[in-house]
Amino acid sequence: MTDDTLMWRIAGGSGDGIDSTSQNFARALMRAGLDVFTHRHYPSRIRGGHTYVEVRASDTPVRSRGDGFNFLLALGDSFARNPQDDAYYGNEELKPLTEQLDDLNEGGVIVYDTGQLDEEEIAQTDLDERAEENDWHVYPMDLRNLAREHGRDVMRNTAGVGVTAALVDMDVSYFKDLVREAMSGDVMEANLEILDAAYERAQELDQTHDLTVPSGSHDGEQALMTGSNAIAYGALDAGCRFISGYPMTPWTDVFTIMAQNLPKFGGVSEQVEDEIAAAALAIGASHAGVKAMSGSSGGGFALMSEPLGLAEMTETPVVLVEAMRAGPSTGMPTKSEQADLDFVLYTSQGDSCRVVFAPANVTEAYEQTRAAFRIAYEYQLPAIVLYDQKLGGEMRNVSADFFDREPNPSLGSTLTEEELAEAAHHESGKFRRFRHDGEDGVSPRSIPGQKGGRFLATGNESNEVGHICEDPDNRVAQMDRRMRKLDAIRTDLDEEESSHQTYHGPTGAEYGILTFGSQQDTVFEAVDRLNELGHDVKALGVSDLMPYPEMEVTAFLESVEECLVVEMNASGQFRGLTQRELGRFGPKLSSLLKYDGEPFEPGEIVDGFEASVDGDQPSAGNLKYVPAAGD
Amino acid sequence: MSAFTAIGEEREIDREEFTPGVEPQPTWCPGCGDFGVLKALKQAMPEVGRTPDETMLVTGIGCSGKLSSYFESYGYHSIHGRSLPIARAAKLANPGLEVIAAGGDGDGYGIGGNHFMHTARENHDITYIVFNNEIFGLTKGQTSPTSPKGHKSKTQPHGSAKDPVRPLSLSLASGASYIARTAAVNPQQAKEILVEAMEHDGFAHVDFLTQCPTWNKDAGEYVPYTDVQESDEFDFDITDRREAADMMYETESRLWEGEVLTGRFYHDAERPSYSEEKQAIGEMPEEPVAERYFDEDAEWERTADELIDRHT
Repeated sequence: MTDDTLMWRIAGGSGDGIDSTSQNFARALMRAGLDVFTHRHYPSRIRGGHTYVEVRASDTPVRSRGDGFNFLLALGDSFARNPQDDAYYGNEELKPLTEQLDDLNEGGVIVYDTGQLDEEEIAQTDLDERAEENDWHVYPMDLRNLAREHGRDVMRNTAGVGVTAALVDMDVSYFKDLVREAMSGDVMEANLEILDAAYERAQELDQTHDLTVPSGSHDGEQALMTGSNAIAYGALDAGCRFISGYPMTPWTDVFTIMAQNLPKFGGVSEQVEDEIAAAALAIGASHAGVKAMSGSSGGGFALMSEPLGLAEMTETPVVLVEAMRAGPSTGMPTKSEQADLDFVLYTSQGDSCRVVFAPANVTEAYEQTRAAFRIAYEYQLPAIVLYDQKLGGEMRNVSADFFDREPNPSLGSTLTEEELAEAAHHESGKFRRFRHDGEDGVSPRSIPGQKGGRFLATGNESNEVGHICEDPDNRVAQMDRRMRKLDAIRTDLDEEESSHQTYHGPTGAEYGILTFGSQQDTVFEAVDRLNELGHDVKALGVSDLMPYPEMEVTAFLESVEECLVVEMNASGQFRGLTQRELGRFGPKLSSLLKYDGEPFEPGEIVDGFEASVDGDQPSAGNLKYVPAAGD
Repeated sequence: MSAFTAIGEEREIDREEFTPGVEPQPTWCPGCGDFGVLKALKQAMPEVGRTPDETMLVTGIGCSGKLSSYFESYGYHSIHGRSLPIARAAKLANPGLEVIAAGGDGDGYGIGGNHFMHTARENHDITYIVFNNEIFGLTKGQTSPTSPKGHKSKTQPHGSAKDPVRPLSLSLASGASYIARTAAVNPQQAKEILVEAMEHDGFAHVDFLTQCPTWNKDAGEYVPYTDVQESDEFDFDITDRREAADMMYETESRLWEGEVLTGRFYHDAERPSYSEEKQAIGEMPEEPVAERYFDEDAEWERTADELIDRHT
C-alpha cells in the first residue's frame, strides 16, 4: 500500500554521512511547511555495513514511518570491504542499493551513484527486471564526479540531495539555507555549487516518474527533534543538573546530549566506570540535594538493579531512563524492541516500588520525563522513563512553542533548614526522616549539611530515624507506607489535567487496539486506515506502566468487544501486565507481536488486525498473532 | 546565605557529639578491631573541626558497614561495594560536605574493586577507610580478597590458591594521593592518620587493620606493629612514588609473614582534586550545585532559550 507522501530513503555505508544528510533533508522539508518523520536503520558497526534513514514528509500530519518507501537515493557503501578480505559477505558496495529494493513501492524512484557503484556489477543484478515489473523509475547519476567537479568526493551526499530536489520538484533554496547556516568558506561555496549543478543536471533528465513533494505550511515555527532530544530537554527543564552514565547503544544519545549541555546549565555530568556506579552516583547526588538522573539500555540497566532497589528502600528520588533494544543479552544492539518491560517493572529484590512511564513520541517524551522528575522528587522513589531505539532515534517536527515552558527546579518533599527546625525529631536529636504517618506515604527529607537534619539512610529495613530495625510492627508500618505512595501517585496522575494515556478513533467503536510506548502513533495511523476500510476500531496508547492506569484501561476494555494488543516482543509482556493488573479481560485480549528488530509499519497492523478478526496469522512481514485465552 | 548553615560552622566540637543517642553501644563482638576505627574517627573529628551535621558517612555492607549506625552524622548505609560512587557524587553535589566512605576488605577490594580503582584514579576529595580484617566476618568467616594464600575456610576447604590483593600498591597504581595503613590496636596513630586523611585535598585511602577475634584468630591482633616513620629500619620518601611503591610492596609481603608495618606510605599534596580539575575545564560550577535548589532567586536556564533554535 502506498500513499501520496514522499518517503525518501537515503542508503549508504555507516560513515558515509547518511545521518547528517537525512537530518538536513528532513529539516529542509519541515521548513518548506511539511510534517516530517524519520526512521533510522543502522548496523552495530563503526564503519561500513549498510545503513539507511527514511524521511517521510507530507502536507498532512505524519507520526509514523510509512509502508515501504517511494524514493531511493543509493549512495553505495564507500567503506565496503574488498572481496579479497576475509570477512566479506557478498557485494557490500552494492548493498545500499540492492538491499532496499524489497521495500520499494510500485512506481518508486531510484537514484544511484554511478561514481561509487559499478554499472557492470549492477547489470548483473536483477535490478532492470524488477524495475520493469514494479514500474520503478531508475536514474543513474555520477554523483561522485559531480561532487569532485566543484568540491570533494565526500560531498556526493549534497549532489544526491540536489538531484532529489529536482526530481520531486522542490525548491532547492531550503537546502542552500541549511548549507549556509552549517558551513563556511570554501566548503560552503563548494556545497552550494554542487547543489545547483546537481539540480540542473537532474532537470535535464528525461523524467518518467510521477512523484512530487506536496506544498504545505505550518502555523508556527517548527523544531525537528528526536525522542532522545526530548527526554534530555525534559530533564533539563525539570531542573536536572546531574547525570552519570556509561555509554551503551541506544541510551548513549540522551547521555551525550546531557553531557554536552549540562555545563552551560550549571550542572555536572559524569562518565563513570560502570552502570552500577552510574546509578549509585545519581543516588548520591540526589541524596545530597540535586535533581539527578542516570540511564542505560538493557544490559547496563541490569547492572543498576541493586542501586535501583536501594533508591526504593532509602526513598531517594532518582530518575532513570532505559532505552530498549532487541535482547536477550547483547541481542541486536541497534535494533528496536519492547521486551524489557517486565524487567524494568520488577528487577531488584523485594516488592517493586517505582514509577515507570513509556512515552510514545517526542512531546510525550518531554512531558513524561518532566513528570518522572516531579513524581520522583515529590514521592521520593525512582521513576523510570522506558523508551526504545525507535523513539530515541526518530525525528519529527514539533511546534517550537511547545518547549516554551518554565523550569521546575523543585526538590519536592524536601525541607529547608527553617522547616527542619519545626519538624519532629527523635529524643536523640536525629531527624525523623521516615515517619510512619507520612501523608500519602511520603515523609519529607532533609539534606546533608542542613543543621538539625541528621538521619541514617540504609538499605536495611529501618525505624523512623533510619536506624536498622527488624521489629515486625515497624516493618509492616514502613512497608505499608512505602507501598502507599504508589496509590497516591495513581490518584495524583489521574487528577492531572491531561492523562499520559492517549485515545484515538471513534469512541463507540466495537473493536479496540491496545498498545504502549513507541508503537502508539503507528497504531493510530493504522486505526485511521482500518476505519476507512470499514472496520469499527479505536485505540488506546498507554504510557503509565507502574502504577498501572487501572481505571482508564478498564473503561476502554469494557467498551469494546475484543481487543488486539500490539507490542514489539515475543511473549506479549504488556498484554500479560494488563491481565495481571486488571485480573480479567483474558478472553478479550489477543496479541499482535513483532520482534524482528524493525518497528511496525502501519500497514502491518492493518493486515494483522484484519487477519486477527478471522483468527488467522498475518500474511506479510514477521508478525505473530496470538489468540485470546480460551480461543 | 547558604542553605546549609552547618557547613563551615566554627564552634567547639566535642567528640561525644559523634555518639548517636539511638545506638550508643555498637554490637560488634568484644575485642573487635572495628571499635578502634570508631574511636579513632570520633577523636579525629574535633581536630579536623567538622560537626556531625556537615559530615556524610557512606558505608558498605558487613560489620564495617555498621559504622554509620554507631557514628553520629548524616549517614548512608548503602549496598555491598558501592559506598564510593555514592560518596563521590555527594561530594560533587555539595563540595562543602566532609565526605567519608567506609567498608571492609571484601567491600572495597573485592566486590567494589572497580569503584576503588576509579575513585582513586579520579582523586575525589574524600576519605576512604577500609576495615581490613582479612576475612568475611558478618557472613561467618569466609576467605576474603586479603586473606593470605592457603587460608582455609568453609568456602575454601583446601586453602585459598590465590595470592591476596595488595591494597596499598593497588591504591598507588590507581592514583590515590594519600595512602596510609594503620591498626586498631594503635589508636593514637590511627587518629592522626585519619586527621591527615580528612585534611588532605584528594582521595585519601586508609587501610585499617582491624582484628577479627571471632573469625580470624590466626591474624592475631596485629601486634606488635612497627610505625615505618619511626623505625630506623626504613627510610623512604612518602612523596616519591617509586620509593613508596617499594615500601608498600615490602609492607604487604611482610604482613603475610606476620609482621605488621603501619604508617604513611604515600602523599601527593600537589595533585588537584577531581572537583578542581573539573572546575578548571568548565565542567563544574564554582557554587555548589545543591545550593541553587534552595535559592528562591536563582535563575534557571530554559531549553527554550538555549537549545531549541538549533532544531528549527
